[in-house]
Amino acid sequence: MIKAENLVKRYGANYALNDVSFEIGEGEVVGLLGPNGAGKSTAMNIITGFLSSTSGAAYVNGINILDDPIAAKKFIGFLPEQPPVYPDMTVAEYLDFVYDLKGVKLEREEHIAEVLSVVKLTDVKGRLIRNLSKGYKQRVGIAQALIGDPKVIIFDEPTVGLDPKQILEVRNLIRTLGKKHTVILSTHILAEVQAVCERVIIINKGKIIADEKTDELTRTIEDGYQYEARIVGPISQVASALKKISGVRSAAITGARDGEANVYNIESVGSSDIRRAIFTVCAENGWPMIGLAPTGTDLESIFIRLVDRSDRKADGTKGAKREKIRR
Amino acid sequence: MIAIFKREMRSYFTGVIGYVFLVLFLAIAGVVFAYTTLFSMSAEVTPFYTVMLIFSAIALPILTMKSFSEERKMKTEQLLLTSPVSIPGMVIGKFLAAFAMFAAALIFSSLYFLFLIPYAPIKAALLIGNVLALLLVGMTFISIGLFVSSLTENQLSAAVGTIAIIIGFLGIGILSSLFPANYWFRFVLESLSILQRFQNLTAGFFELSSFVYYISITAVFLYLTVRTYDRRRYN
Repeated sequence: MIKAENLVKRYGANYALNDVSFEIGEGEVVGLLGPNGAGKSTAMNIITGFLSSTSGAAYVNGINILDDPIAAKKFIGFLPEQPPVYPDMTVAEYLDFVYDLKGVKLEREEHIAEVLSVVKLTDVKGRLIRNLSKGYKQRVGIAQALIGDPKVIIFDEPTVGLDPKQILEVRNLIRTLGKKHTVILSTHILAEVQAVCERVIIINKGKIIADEKTDELTRTIEDGYQYEARIVGPISQVASALKKISGVRSAAITGARDGEANVYNIESVGSSDIRRAIFTVCAENGWPMIGLAPTGTDLESIFIRLVDRSDRKADGTKGAKREKIRR
Repeated sequence: MIAIFKREMRSYFTGVIGYVFLVLFLAIAGVVFAYTTLFSMSAEVTPFYTVMLIFSAIALPILTMKSFSEERKMKTEQLLLTSPVSIPGMVIGKFLAAFAMFAAALIFSSLYFLFLIPYAPIKAALLIGNVLALLLVGMTFISIGLFVSSLTENQLSAAVGTIAIIIGFLGIGILSSLFPANYWFRFVLESLSILQRFQNLTAGFFELSSFVYYISITAVFLYLTVRTYDRRRYN
């Protein structure tokens, strides 16, 4: 449905995208994950024809976006980072305009009413967009992308700036849309991808560093899980007791303190769950444990781990060395 | 294209620009009409249109200043450029909307001359010639305005930039009078002058070259606008 072929986007000497290729099949829900400035928006803007790539090509339903932009754009609904709404129009007028703009052939009244109800905007359709809250504006933006019932819907950071309740609503909406449409979603929040997407493409500094099923990614993250434990007790004894637990690769005091407790960093081997064992050790010795939380699930540490993993795949020794240095 | 035309017309009237333009145009036209005909006891049409040309050089840039810069600032251009609409279609839709506003204002103010009919002979051909001439000039002003508006996010600089370019075009005519009558360079400048061509048309010389001149200047600036958008995708 969507194909990116060796996309390169260069601004002067800087590469916003550096040889990015992927293919997205019909009906897939794919997350484009990466920190800010990784090139997610650039990739989306190229696929939608808003930007041109320096080299490489993007295809929508087999049509090159540069060769026949009008035909290709007919298959796409796009919600840019900032919803492209006109503040001086009412919601209904705006959608009517988008309907005309996209040259939609569906039954007008019926289709617009349906889109309004899908994004739950029916109640505010007569209000000026200027007077709507950020969450509602975002929904108007989503409604705009749905007009014409396009096969592919592309969302650029759809939940940024929304409150937690609105975030959940938008995610649910995207999940629903995913049943009928091919969806591409960009985000810098890992949990969002895990909640919504079946597949994830991770981009960092303009390059794809992982492209896999979300489940596999989750497994990768949990492989060698790290925990932060806050334990009250004699430091050397606690540390050595923790190290003796089977499945623990390393345990070290971080130096930070939380009241009476010391903060320890514990890393497990493989995917073995060591939480229960940590608790038991502390309980048996009478060391109160006042906190235990997984760490290393932020994007930054996942990137390090993914880059490590791909290095290891390419060259065993080098990766192992790096692993040592890192520790 | 039609959708963009409609949206543009709407935006003139949901904001103030449409009203300000029409009210100002008709009010100024009324005053100018009074001075050039009633107070000077004359039924000449050309003085009215010549003054209105100068006024249009200021009024039209205000009409067009928002057209692209606002879309760019509000990021709504991302919708237009990712929708199945061609860039020329988008530019022409906006051009036609501004032109429709101008044509409506001009034709309505030309009706003032009907009041003179009982008192003085008004030559229909001359009147039509003048309206046509100013429509052609307005067309070029609008295309310049759209082009400059596509270059900036700032409406004010769009308006000022447009007025500057228009003054440049008008200035060519004045410059030409500095050269001796049969000098070749004077001929070149006169052919490029918006004012000179306008005077030819209003005097009743319907030369083909004048039509070609105005239409090609318009086409060049509309083309440059399209190119600006094409180019921006690569930057």
